[in-house]
Amino acid sequence: MAYLQLQGIEKFFGEHRAIKGIDLSIQQGEFIVFVGPSGCGKSTLLRLIAGLEHIDGGTLMLDGRDITAQPSSKRDLAMVFQSYALYPHMSVYENMSFALKLAKVDPAVIREKVERAAAILNLTTYLQRTPKELSGGQRQRVAIGRAIVRAPKVFLFDEPLSNLDAALRGQTRVEIAKLHRDLGATTIYVTHDQVEAMTLADRVVVLRDGQIEQVGTPLELYDRPVNQFVAQFIGTPQMNVVPYGQLPQSVQQKGPEAAVSGAIGLRPENVTVRSAGTTPVGGQVDLVEALGAETLIYVSTPGGAQFVSRQNERTGLRAGDAVSLDIDASEAHWFDTAGRVVAGHAA
Amino acid sequence: MNRLLPRLLLTPAMATLFLWMIVPLAMTIYFSFIRYNLMQPDESGFAGLSNFEYFVTDPSFGAAVVNTVLLLGSVILITVVLGVAIALLINEPFPGRGIVRVLLISPFFVMPTVNALMWKNMMMNPIYGVLAQVWTFFGAQPVDWLTDHPLFSVIVMVSWQWLPFATLIFMTALQSMNHEQLEASRMDGANYLQQLRYLYVPHLARSVAVVVMIELIFLLSIFAEIYTTTAGGPGDASTNVTFLIFKQALLNFDAGVASAGALFAVVLANIAAVFLIRMVGKNLDK
Amino acid sequence: MTARRRSNFPLGMLALRTAAAWGVALLLFFPLGWLFLTAFKTELQAIAVPPLFVFTPTLENFHEVQERSDYLLYAKNSVITSVLSTLLGLALAAPAAYAMAFFKGKYTKDILMWMLSTKMMPAVGALVPIYVLAQKSHLLDTQLALIIVFALSNLPIMVWMLYSYLKDIPHEILEAARMDGATLWQEVRLVLLPLGMGGLASTGLLCLVLAWNEAFWSLNLSAAKAGTLATLIASYSSPEGLFWAKLSAASLMAIAPIVVFGWFSQKQLVQGLTFGAVK
Repeated sequence: MAYLQLQGIEKFFGEHRAIKGIDLSIQQGEFIVFVGPSGCGKSTLLRLIAGLEHIDGGTLMLDGRDITAQPSSKRDLAMVFQSYALYPHMSVYENMSFALKLAKVDPAVIREKVERAAAILNLTTYLQRTPKELSGGQRQRVAIGRAIVRAPKVFLFDEPLSNLDAALRGQTRVEIAKLHRDLGATTIYVTHDQVEAMTLADRVVVLRDGQIEQVGTPLELYDRPVNQFVAQFIGTPQMNVVPYGQLPQSVQQKGPEAAVSGAIGLRPENVTVRSAGTTPVGGQVDLVEALGAETLIYVSTPGGAQFVSRQNERTGLRAGDAVSLDIDASEAHWFDTAGRVVAGHAA
Repeated sequence: MNRLLPRLLLTPAMATLFLWMIVPLAMTIYFSFIRYNLMQPDESGFAGLSNFEYFVTDPSFGAAVVNTVLLLGSVILITVVLGVAIALLINEPFPGRGIVRVLLISPFFVMPTVNALMWKNMMMNPIYGVLAQVWTFFGAQPVDWLTDHPLFSVIVMVSWQWLPFATLIFMTALQSMNHEQLEASRMDGANYLQQLRYLYVPHLARSVAVVVMIELIFLLSIFAEIYTTTAGGPGDASTNVTFLIFKQALLNFDAGVASAGALFAVVLANIAAVFLIRMVGKNLDK
Repeated sequence: MTARRRSNFPLGMLALRTAAAWGVALLLFFPLGWLFLTAFKTELQAIAVPPLFVFTPTLENFHEVQERSDYLLYAKNSVITSVLSTLLGLALAAPAAYAMAFFKGKYTKDILMWMLSTKMMPAVGALVPIYVLAQKSHLLDTQLALIIVFALSNLPIMVWMLYSYLKDIPHEILEAARMDGATLWQEVRLVLLPLGMGGLASTGLLCLVLAWNEAFWSLNLSAAKAGTLATLIASYSSPEGLFWAKLSAASLMAIAPIVVFGWFSQKQLVQGLTFGAVK
């Protein structure tokens, strides 16, 4: 029996079926990331697990107990909100000790737990301050601290990094990963940022329109996406997806029957730019992005197809130059008209 | 998730407001169709439309309507025009702005009856009043305001009291003006008058509309000032519709006619209210 | 923010504007200022021609007014009716505002609009029925009648203002409390109330002001027993001449606390009386 089990979870908003029957098994100690575009239902699903929204169908089991109808206060879950949701009228210490105070825990024990959590998060000097007096990053740590102190069964994170600037985001991401390693707590983390998903997760759940598209480890999703949506969602820059009809004949030949009105998917690192004339696939450079450690080259072919190529070496190419593309068909993913993978890695 | 709880919480307020609205309205409608004298509270039968007829053919009715319109119109005009002017004047900072604001808004918090008597005795008294003294100082004959110009006197009192309200509203609206827009217009070469015409006035148009409508609704019920100073007179020179209804109800004790008049006033108020509600509704959607 | 903006006008204009602003303000404030001064004069000084600006102030008027037993009665009535009606109104309005702010439903907006519309009806429209009802239930000239009427008159404003204050409190803070294990009651008591206290106070203050100054119902529904200060002052309207200093003192005492309250509740005034239509 999984630690946290979702079976057939459904949610309606009026007539609209927002969550369409989700089944998911989460093991104890796992770091699960819900990822997907806006409106896919990831936050809604998190809130259903938290008990902040009512579950309309299906069951939710935690550690053997059915908590489907339990109110949030009794589920023993802790949530870190996107806006941190700190209590503005309480000090950092009071924010972090609130839950324990409600549970009537002995004040000495509370003090010990809060101080320990504060030490882990470098908040010890801020314990008497109010949220107003803290920076965004500090508030975020208080929000996390509030959750840690409770030692709940599951931690829930709702896009915690989206309000931070880029530098802080990267730093905090590493800290969250370390925290998980040290505490080993079961965690569900919602984000729209697939970099966070790839780096933090044990397993990733890709959601679209209230349904699970694929569940797997980050690399499984990267190497073996089951459909075009997942393929394009995971990986930066986006996987090249080119309609079958725009492909040069030499490439079309390598594809299976079912992909004929579908498309091909190629990761940028599997498309190599060579000098003009060396391969049957010719094209013209549209744009070169030199990022320092890697270079991205945007190429379009006479058939109308557009590719992004990624390489580690610097290049002297410029927009307008004629080049040819070396496509590694062994790494290609072929999709049918419905976007499902038919050949290639996951087929 | 509790759906019962919010309904339960809403009930006390909604029920009382509903009663507060329906019961008087129903009773007013009822009374307007019967003959009912407050001194002899045995109802004396159906009166058809005679109450309405009586109210409308009362010799003071025409005067009351005219006075009401004059009163409303003048006060609104004065408060809006002066309110905008003052708000613009104090919009930019200057030394002592805080105190000026406090001085300007004070009249609004004065009790209407104190307001009335203050003007009647201290300002407008033809012998000892301040205005009389100022007039004498300039060699003119003091004016007996309340006797010779009763409606005008009431207008002055009410305008003085409501000017702060309008000013405050316009000050608030001006604060929300987009500074970048003003700076852009300055770079485009606009002078102050042009800014007034193209930027300030359109921005204020909305709050002017709100002030006009709110004043329409509240000023219809002007009562205390008239009651305390002129009692509607001399004759009916300063009687407004509200005072006329009051006279019928509590001086003539004719509840039937008073109710007929009240319905009339309610209809008038509702017309203004419809527009105000729509405007507020639009704001709620934001 | 204002320091950063460059003024539209050069310095000469600043002096002009300052003078004009002060001039207008003093002119408009003059009647009140005169009232204030007259309260400290003797009766003879009060009617002096030409008017006296310099005189030795005296407190005799205030003493005399306070000694009149009915002044204290009326003052007590004003205090009781405005405070109790505000409390009653808040008791009715707070749950409703809470329900609408946190359990937003299809009809929330309609309900708010409807509450608004009840305020639009002119008081005179309800004069006859309310008078008759009060008469029949022997509530004429009682504090209770005034308390009920004041509370109901101001109820829409109170609901509206509390609703907008509560709406500004982020939902997530309350959800966080829920996740921390708070029951609904604990949520309200430990988180909502501290955060909403400011709004509650402002709303209460504004309605206190409105109830205190209320004259229409006071004049019509009360007399010697439950009369408020508004009615007391009105009773001085018969022309008795030589008593202006005392009238000024009485008036000053009646209006002073409210005018001061008003200075502090400017913002709420705008919000409350325009039902938020002007920000």
